[in-house]
Amino acid sequence: MVLVLALGDLHIPHRAPHLPAKFKSMLVPGKIQHIICTGNLCIKEIHDYLKTLCPDLHITRGEYDEDPRYPETKTLTIGQFKLGICHGHQVIPWGDLDALAMLQRQLDVDILVTGHTHQFTAYKHEAGVVINPGSATGAFSSTTYDVNPSFVLMDIDGLRVVVYVYELIDGEVKVDKIDFKKTTTTN
Amino acid sequence: MISDGVDDEEKWLSAGITGLQQNAFYMHRALDSNNLKDALKYSAQMLSELRTSKLSPHKYYQLYMRAFDELRKLEIFFKEETSRGCSIVELYELVQHAGNILPRLYLLCTVGSVYIRSKEAPAKDVLKDIVEMCRGIQHPVRGLFLRSYLSQVSKDKLPDIGSEYEGDADTVMDSVEFVLQNFTEMNKLWVRMQHQGPTREKEKREKERSELRDLVGKNLHVLSQIEGVDLDMYKEIVLPRVLEQVVNCKDELAQYYLMDCIIQVFPDEYHLQTLETLLSACPQLQSSVDVKTVLARLMERLSNYAASGAEVLPEFFQVEAFAKLNNAIGKVIEAQENMSIAGVVTLYSSLLTFTLQVHSDRLDYVDQILGACVNQLSGKEKLDDSKSTKQIVALLSAPLEKYKDIDTALKLSNYPRVMKYLTDGTNKEMATVIIQSILKNKSCISTAEKVDALFELIKGLIRDLDGNPHDELDEEDFKEEQSSVARLIQMLHSDDPEEMLKIICTVRKHILTGGPKRLPFTIPPLIFSSLKLVRRLESQNESVSVEEATATPEKIFQIVTQTIEALSSVPVPELALGLYLQCAEAANDCDLEPVAYELFTQAYILYEEEISDSKAQVTTIHLIVGTLQRMHIFGVENRDALTHKATGYSAKLLKKPDQCRAVYACSHLFWLDEHDSIKDGERVLLCLKRALRIANAAQQMASATRGSSGSVVLFIEILNKYLYFYEKGVPQITVDSVQGLIELIKSEMQGENTTSDPAADAFFASTLRYIQFRKEKGGAVAEKYEPIKA
Repeated sequence: MVLVLALGDLHIPHRAPHLPAKFKSMLVPGKIQHIICTGNLCIKEIHDYLKTLCPDLHITRGEYDEDPRYPETKTLTIGQFKLGICHGHQVIPWGDLDALAMLQRQLDVDILVTGHTHQFTAYKHEAGVVINPGSATGAFSSTTYDVNPSFVLMDIDGLRVVVYVYELIDGEVKVDKIDFKKTTTTN
Repeated sequence: MISDGVDDEEKWLSAGITGLQQNAFYMHRALDSNNLKDALKYSAQMLSELRTSKLSPHKYYQLYMRAFDELRKLEIFFKEETSRGCSIVELYELVQHAGNILPRLYLLCTVGSVYIRSKEAPAKDVLKDIVEMCRGIQHPVRGLFLRSYLSQVSKDKLPDIGSEYEGDADTVMDSVEFVLQNFTEMNKLWVRMQHQGPTREKEKREKERSELRDLVGKNLHVLSQIEGVDLDMYKEIVLPRVLEQVVNCKDELAQYYLMDCIIQVFPDEYHLQTLETLLSACPQLQSSVDVKTVLARLMERLSNYAASGAEVLPEFFQVEAFAKLNNAIGKVIEAQENMSIAGVVTLYSSLLTFTLQVHSDRLDYVDQILGACVNQLSGKEKLDDSKSTKQIVALLSAPLEKYKDIDTALKLSNYPRVMKYLTDGTNKEMATVIIQSILKNKSCISTAEKVDALFELIKGLIRDLDGNPHDELDEEDFKEEQSSVARLIQMLHSDDPEEMLKIICTVRKHILTGGPKRLPFTIPPLIFSSLKLVRRLESQNESVSVEEATATPEKIFQIVTQTIEALSSVPVPELALGLYLQCAEAANDCDLEPVAYELFTQAYILYEEEISDSKAQVTTIHLIVGTLQRMHIFGVENRDALTHKATGYSAKLLKKPDQCRAVYACSHLFWLDEHDSIKDGERVLLCLKRALRIANAAQQMASATRGSSGSVVLFIEILNKYLYFYEKGVPQITVDSVQGLIELIKSEMQGENTTSDPAADAFFASTLRYIQFRKEKGGAVAEKYEPIKA
């Protein structure tokens, strides 16, 4: 069993002052094996914070990230799953599932994690999943109204992945669960 | 000479100890054989060693402790003697036959202790007798130790309430008298000590004297332990007498130590009830005494007492503790003309802590303290020594910590006045404290007036003060500082749109003074605050009459446009462009076509004139096309102008693959599912064909430069776009065109001089899988995919 934290679009300090305290208290070091961050952190302080939660940190570049070392896309393999990360502002129309599916085919991944719209979504698509963890701070978005802070925790176990979505609604953390089974192994 | 002196002292000490031990040995023998006469003789000889004046107090103490232990044995012997029938009165007479006065008095104290315990005479008579006789020793060190011995052996035999020595003739009063007298005498000896010996050794002597302070202070401790010393007696007798001695001794060391001692040993409620008396002594102390520390410690104690429970607070109100302390501080500052400014601030800082603890509801008191502080600071230079800086930061932080709410601090009229006396560095430090407090407590600042006051307070972070640029500041620190300002801007919020607009304008006014280095930090949060307000107005559905309202989206867009323009002085074109696009989309949501068009124009101008880095161009094109794709308010003409430009920019990117991708992305500008007016299949196809041409050119370039054709990945990407629009039902995208592309890719991949690219292979395979997948899906989709042969 491997726990993967996926989050992005924090936009600190331009659009949000902090990660919500309730999230901070949930995210403790030592529990998570990998972090996937779609980008737009935006300052180094947040990078350093994520690093304290888990040293295995994978970040792609959002349009507001200053750090030029973040790549546009990144793929990694965890257990039986191949994962792809991309911020998503490059994929037009923004948040369009079919357009994202093309990226998923291009990266040849089972799970594609993107951001940019600040709207949590998780679709099963063909043989894979397309996940957008939303904005971890609930940052303002021109594409999405009434953004709730959210992040995603993926529990990867063999051919199965359980996606937990944590959403902060009116000060309360709500959890949702999506199950996904892979039919064939990655070669 | 000096080292000799030390060596000599060691010698004298060991000689003294040897003499003492020898006589103690004979004394023990006499005790074992019940030989009273010898016991007295040898004990007196043993005690003679204490007559030395060659030892420093420290060494003398070592000798004294040995004698003390021996005297305990002697005391037990005396006790046994009386039980064997020896008269204690006789013993008391007998010990006075010792030849030397010092041994005689030690023995007398020892027998006296047994005498009191025997209760054959009233304790008070014995105590009085001995304490009077101790006057015989006027040598400071010898006298102090002798009286300390007396205090030690008598402390458990003092007539006290509930003690066995209390009787008709013996009252608590007698004990108090005895201890006070011993205290007074000891203090006199102690003070006199400084005048003994040559002046050049004064410093050393003061140090030695300081080591002896606890001998004197012990008496106060004994007093505080007497049950019978109740508040009345403390108020009427003990405190006045002690203070009288403290004030009259006119000695800096003694006064400082004893005042502190009084504060530490007696109970809090006694201090509260005698505040006036205690405080009135302060201005009478020598001007060199560190009264501020004394007072600070008193206030600290009282603050802790107040914190112990709400039930004690009425006591504070009843005695008007605040007024008395405030008054006393004023007097002390007046009396001690050369008190440092750090000292003054320390005093007010302690008073403030006290006040916040005791009178948490009395903001006027807090303001009064700050005001008094301003009066003391006025006419002085800005505070720049580390000590006073530390104190003033503590002073100004205390109300923030207490009220956890900046609103309260903003009500304090003297708060900004104190801030004026800070140096720029301290001002910044304080500003950071204020911001952290707001962020930590999630305080919301909800009126423009308060925002204005707040930004005045934290101006050290908002702009360069006194034309002093921040070049000496570390880049990281500066970033952190400005990030905190950015965070702060998000805490400024009013539910009333009109007020919120005023807040935005106020913030804008302040941050625009910040100069090019700060603007990239402070402008974005303000823009997003403004866009949030726009969104709020949007959802209000014009329930407020539009004519009256000044907070309209149009007005806000004017402000944000002007604000973003300020970024051109930095310059940070990418940031500014991103913000223009964010605003354009907001204007789109408000149906403000001219505004949106203007914002796009601004973005385009920046792109053309300012953004030259090819990587930045790629990102920016994505943002332009992505945003434009979402805009639905533009009429045909405007839309054409903007899309035409966007495709033009795309085709002019530096790298062919970037060109190709940007151009096929532009195809999305011409086909929107949810808008019937935007369904231009011709132009979709044009874009895709153009992308194909670029992909071809890219491959030719690759073969020309590397001798092998480049990857087919761009073709596969374009194929996917064809499939995308084919599925959407764009009539111009035909089965044949899709099929043609698939064949093209296949032949390219099998070509002889094609570089193998596993990523492209996988991409193509998954694309074909996708086609297969669609075919198997059934329904209309499957029908559509059926003719495609993969």
